[in-house]
Amino acid sequence: MNILFGNLTWSSLPHEWFTIAGTATIIGGGAFMAGILTYFKRWKWLWNGWLTSTDPKKIGIMYLIVASLMLFRGAVDAAMIWLQQSIAEGPHAGYLTPAHFQQIFTAHGDIMVFFATMGLLFGLINLIVPLQIGARDLAFPFMNSLGFWLYVAGAIMINMFFIFGGEFASAGWLSLPPLAEIAYSPGVGVDYWIWSLQISGLGTLIGGINFIVTILKMRAPGMKLMDMPMFTWTSLCSMLLVVSVFPILTVVITLLWLDRYFGLHFFTATAGGNPMMYVNLIWMWGHPEVYILILPTFGIYSEIVSTFAQKKLFGYTSQVLAAFGVTALACLVWLHHFFTMGAGADVNAFFGIMTGIIAIPTAVQFFNWISTLYKGKIRFATPLYWFMGFLACFTFGGMAGVLLSLPAADYQLHNSLFLVAHFHTMIVSGALFGIFAGITYWFPKIFGFRLNESLGRKAFWFWLFGFLLSFGPLYLLGFLGATRRLDHYNVPGWQPLFIAAGLGLALIGIGALFQVAQIIVSIRDREKNRDTSGDPWNGRTLEWSTASPPPFYNFAVVPTVTGRDAWWENKQKMRDARTGRGQEYQNIEMPKNTAMAIYLSAFAFLASFAFVWHIVWMQIFGLAGVIVCIIIRSLDENTEYTVTAQELEKFEKSPARYL
Amino acid sequence: MDTTAINHQHEKTENSLFGFWVYLMTDLIMFAALFAAYAVLHNNTFGGPASGQLFNLPFVLAETVILLTSSFSCGLAYLVMQRGEVKKVLSWFTVTFLLGLSFLFMELTEFRRLYASGSGPQHSAFLTSYFTLVGAHGLHIAAGLLWMAVMLLVVRKRGLAPKTNSQLARLALFWHFLDLVWIFIFTIVYLMGVL
Repeated sequence: MNILFGNLTWSSLPHEWFTIAGTATIIGGGAFMAGILTYFKRWKWLWNGWLTSTDPKKIGIMYLIVASLMLFRGAVDAAMIWLQQSIAEGPHAGYLTPAHFQQIFTAHGDIMVFFATMGLLFGLINLIVPLQIGARDLAFPFMNSLGFWLYVAGAIMINMFFIFGGEFASAGWLSLPPLAEIAYSPGVGVDYWIWSLQISGLGTLIGGINFIVTILKMRAPGMKLMDMPMFTWTSLCSMLLVVSVFPILTVVITLLWLDRYFGLHFFTATAGGNPMMYVNLIWMWGHPEVYILILPTFGIYSEIVSTFAQKKLFGYTSQVLAAFGVTALACLVWLHHFFTMGAGADVNAFFGIMTGIIAIPTAVQFFNWISTLYKGKIRFATPLYWFMGFLACFTFGGMAGVLLSLPAADYQLHNSLFLVAHFHTMIVSGALFGIFAGITYWFPKIFGFRLNESLGRKAFWFWLFGFLLSFGPLYLLGFLGATRRLDHYNVPGWQPLFIAAGLGLALIGIGALFQVAQIIVSIRDREKNRDTSGDPWNGRTLEWSTASPPPFYNFAVVPTVTGRDAWWENKQKMRDARTGRGQEYQNIEMPKNTAMAIYLSAFAFLASFAFVWHIVWMQIFGLAGVIVCIIIRSLDENTEYTVTAQELEKFEKSPARYL
Repeated sequence: MDTTAINHQHEKTENSLFGFWVYLMTDLIMFAALFAAYAVLHNNTFGGPASGQLFNLPFVLAETVILLTSSFSCGLAYLVMQRGEVKKVLSWFTVTFLLGLSFLFMELTEFRRLYASGSGPQHSAFLTSYFTLVGAHGLHIAAGLLWMAVMLLVVRKRGLAPKTNSQLARLALFWHFLDLVWIFIFTIVYLMGVL
């Protein structure tokens, strides 16, 4: 082992077609962006205006951008999986080696869950929750910036294998031992997996703490808990789950790392290690993680349904209780991921019943949405299309889940494509459709102009039918006995179904192209679709009471809330309720920009990279850098500045604009 | 400072304290996972020594007394901080620091003894989980000591400003929290392992 470079050698550099392509994309893309920024002299603008910002709206937009890139990255993996499975029948081996195929499905799962969906949700929560509760900022603006940059560091780390090492983990998206142990996965793939999840998971954890404190402590005066908008409620539930289960993820992947790095025996097949303990611990995090993704989008749907039915949400109290029911039950069902472990009939029965019971609070929310639409003055806009698509798909996928919750049935369906079809139905229609609906709904609030409607609807229809065509066949294949993660099969009857699934993905691709076109066209036509009212949908909650896009301080005067749907209520009372109008301004304190989060995350990244490659000096350097950054930041007495009343008045007269 | 600024400062202190409590709960869950691992693996000695043959109870009792005393002195430091007595704050936190340092030193001595007698963490799943659980607590103590050292310098230099007090309050919470975790380690790992 080399002191300077650890386990890094010349042979670690890219030499296979996919690592060369990946490296070229990363370096080429980076150079292209750098070129553009230099040509237009935008470095300073980028650094001061965006990267070092502590404004949750800007951090939210950056989350959306990074997560969209990662969504694309994960979609490329999905396309590669489908292409392989469409051709690799009988005598045809397909175009991927089995080892490469395993890395692709592992990377696909991790990227989609940790970096695409989580990133998009954190983006929306950052953008909307402070506005909905009438706050100017989060409780800990620096921590928010730090959470984002740790997430970015994790996203870069999961792609580093392209440049150094040439292999990603191939033990499944949760890296199950003993396969993921050093004896069976001696390469750096699992180490990249560990450190990518470790640093981004810490970012998620501090984000969770931040939003809990923000929602519980920083609501506008008068806003009681039961006055909070549903998206804020479900974000709170989601963040409560984050702080409850992300610590387990942190611990369990640390233990796996200790096994791999120091030769310990937590999960090894020898010396008394217990691989099933890993499976238990990781699913104690992993199952609630699904609800961490789903709960906020349930809140988005609640907002959209009541706005576009122009009616208050039916059964608000039961909706809140149902969200909490899901939150509590989410922590009691992890064992249904491995009924086949053989824990015995009693244990399996308990977890089977708990799993089935989750359908009840979920159904409560469904009936509330349907009842809200009933007799509402419905306006059909793109967000509602996404909701209707979700309603059908999620019900179907949910029923498949109830089927899987029966241990006896699960023994047949475990690890089959039926399961793959089930959870993709839940995550795509539950989380992803909801995120698309939310982005369309809040786009005018975030950027100040509406998205193109007709392109949005076309995107929706392609997504919906593409989704049905790509996952419908997987339910059938699962019943026919096809297991997940197949790089090759010998059943000619399966091939047409795999090809149909591939065509479905192509339709989804067309839908995604429509979404890209939608954004480009909407930016081109932005003057025509400019939202000057701040309230383009006749909204109900406080985010619609301020300008679009909101000024950096959100509200010139913090609104006083007297009930649910505060903004709607104000409009009904014919008050000139636009916040701050006709009221006296006061000086306010706002957080300063800081680059410390970037430095800290860079050091954490270096240390993690050094742990992957056993470079001791760099580990010490990285960790010392992290500690020094924390100390410097905690001693900084000048983290805020004052915006005076006069300045506020000036800002209110000239609204902010990104584009 | 006008009244809004004072309110703002007060609000920030309160939020930091609440946020720190939430953080402590997450840390508690981390320890819970480590305890669970220990509970699952503590009998998997793989032919090596079991807990009854390894631990030196009087030694660990001394460690425990030292850590509990440090928690007491930390409480006293917090009390004099509220009265604004800078010198006493410095001396009580110095006492706490020295007690914490001796605890850490004793723990490392214990680890070295086990390692030297061939019972290192690589030996069996039991030893793996033992070293990790107790080591994780030790790592927290080390972090707490570093924090305390920095705060001692800050108080010497800046005295007791509202922001410093709020940080000291959180440090004291952290220290008591580690004390609490140790009580569980002492009971579950050492007492139940030996008696």
